[in-house]
Amino acid sequence: MKLVTAIIKPFTLDDVKGALEQLGVLGMTVSEVQGYGRQKGHTEVYRGAEYSVDFVPKIKVEVVVDDTAVEKVLEAVVEAARTGKIGDGKVWVTPVDAVVRVRTGERGSDAL
Amino acid sequence: MNTGDTAWVLISAALVMLMTPGLAFFYGGMVRSKSVLNMLMMSFISLAVVSVLWVLYGYSLAFGNDIGAGLLGGFGNIGLKGVIGQLTGADGHQTPVLAFVMFQLMFAIITPALISGAIADRAKFWGWTLFIGLWVTIVYFPVAHWVFAFSSADGSTVGGWIANNLKALDFAGGTAVHINAGAAGLAVALVLGKRKGWPKEPMRPHNLPFVLLGAALLWFGWYGFNAGSALAANETAAVAFTTTTVATAAAVLGWLLVEQFRDGKPTTLGAASGAVAGLVAITPACAFVSPLGAIAIGVIAGALCSLAVGLKFRFGFDDSLDVVGVHLVGGLVGTLLIGFFGTTSVNSAGADGLFYGGGFSQLGKQAVAAFAVLGFSFVLTFIIAFVVNKTVGFRATEEAEVAGIDEAEHAESAYEFGAFSSARGANKGSVTAGATAVLEGSNKS
Repeated sequence: MKLVTAIIKPFTLDDVKGALEQLGVLGMTVSEVQGYGRQKGHTEVYRGAEYSVDFVPKIKVEVVVDDTAVEKVLEAVVEAARTGKIGDGKVWVTPVDAVVRVRTGERGSDAL
Repeated sequence: MNTGDTAWVLISAALVMLMTPGLAFFYGGMVRSKSVLNMLMMSFISLAVVSVLWVLYGYSLAFGNDIGAGLLGGFGNIGLKGVIGQLTGADGHQTPVLAFVMFQLMFAIITPALISGAIADRAKFWGWTLFIGLWVTIVYFPVAHWVFAFSSADGSTVGGWIANNLKALDFAGGTAVHINAGAAGLAVALVLGKRKGWPKEPMRPHNLPFVLLGAALLWFGWYGFNAGSALAANETAAVAFTTTTVATAAAVLGWLLVEQFRDGKPTTLGAASGAVAGLVAITPACAFVSPLGAIAIGVIAGALCSLAVGLKFRFGFDDSLDVVGVHLVGGLVGTLLIGFFGTTSVNSAGADGLFYGGGFSQLGKQAVAAFAVLGFSFVLTFIIAFVVNKTVGFRATEEAEVAGIDEAEHAESAYEFGAFSSARGANKGSVTAGATAVLEGSNKS
């Protein structure tokens, strides 16, 4: 099993969620995060005081999927999150050793 | 009794009442989302506290017969004794004293509310509430007496020293309201200290539309403040209405031009702040200067205040929402500029300033009034805030400040940010999941 983590622009969340649902991904975890990459932050001025806003608001989407589904999921997320402009985000995949469904105690792929 | 004049005074009182919630939004939009409710409440509680104190003894201390030297009103009108059924004003323009009582109450309400901007994000609510009660009693009611209480023509009621002995001009409260609140703001900001992280951490306004909405409500209500201060529906009121409009407009332009040259962009916050700076500056002068004089005062106030808001960074005091830069500086600008732009061609009750052949005499009187109020307010406010902080507590804990003063002081949060779900999800009821979970939890126990 793999953990797919995607950092995306907030307004693409609905599309990403829709794309994952289409693939039959049954759950996901979403968090509001802040950060920067090559996009960097920007400067705002309030009553003459400059604030450099380093961290840009982003959404982090996390899904655990079966090994066989990883490529399709990656493709779907990237497709849905892409605007072609700087700051679209990143997606990465990490191995997952074990998954347990809390309610039933099922393990592995059955728990997804 | 003149019904037209009475109607105008009552409507003006209601207009000025609206300024306090307007101010709440003006300030509320400027703070971070975790402290907006506390910011709104700091203004709203002033409506509650001061209204009660005003009826009990505030009106009497401000407008009762002077106890000596024009410093304070007496106790003759405690509980509004001897007020009901009485009339005030010149023959043919008499209005109920009670209408004047309500009109002046609204000034007493907004003045302490103005101070709250200096201590955004970090004041304990009950500490602030106690502070308001003490501050209006010890600072505002006496100063309102000095400035607003005119001796009656027949000498039966004696008023305050600035209005009657010094004869400085302050039509609607440049000294009593704005210099007073601005100096007090500086004092409380010094007593409570800086917010954690200021000035390094960015503390951006969370809702600029609120700020502009608040500024617009203030501008609207200010017609009651300034034109209403004529206490009659007459030429003086129309003059004040005109100068208020044009000075405010000019101040918006003045502030935005400074921003354009200095920062490269005209901002929404700048437009809202410029409007308020213009309103503040024209307040003392509105019935004593020509419309052209008002434009000059507005431009000067807008430009000067937009520069003055930078002072806090230079001197290191956390006047969070620029009560000093806008109200103290704007109030000083307006009060002193009467000494230059005042003209009796507009109002025979006014005076000719330096530019109208009046010499320096009026300017000197204006300066004495301005700095007397500034000094009195700063010193006494500092003591009051210090005592409140040492007794019931005024400054919130660092933990409360970081978590957000709304949660710590009111157990509320202004906004539901948890809604990741799309509209489709909301229809399925996922938005209410949090509330359901709490109910289930309580059933279990």
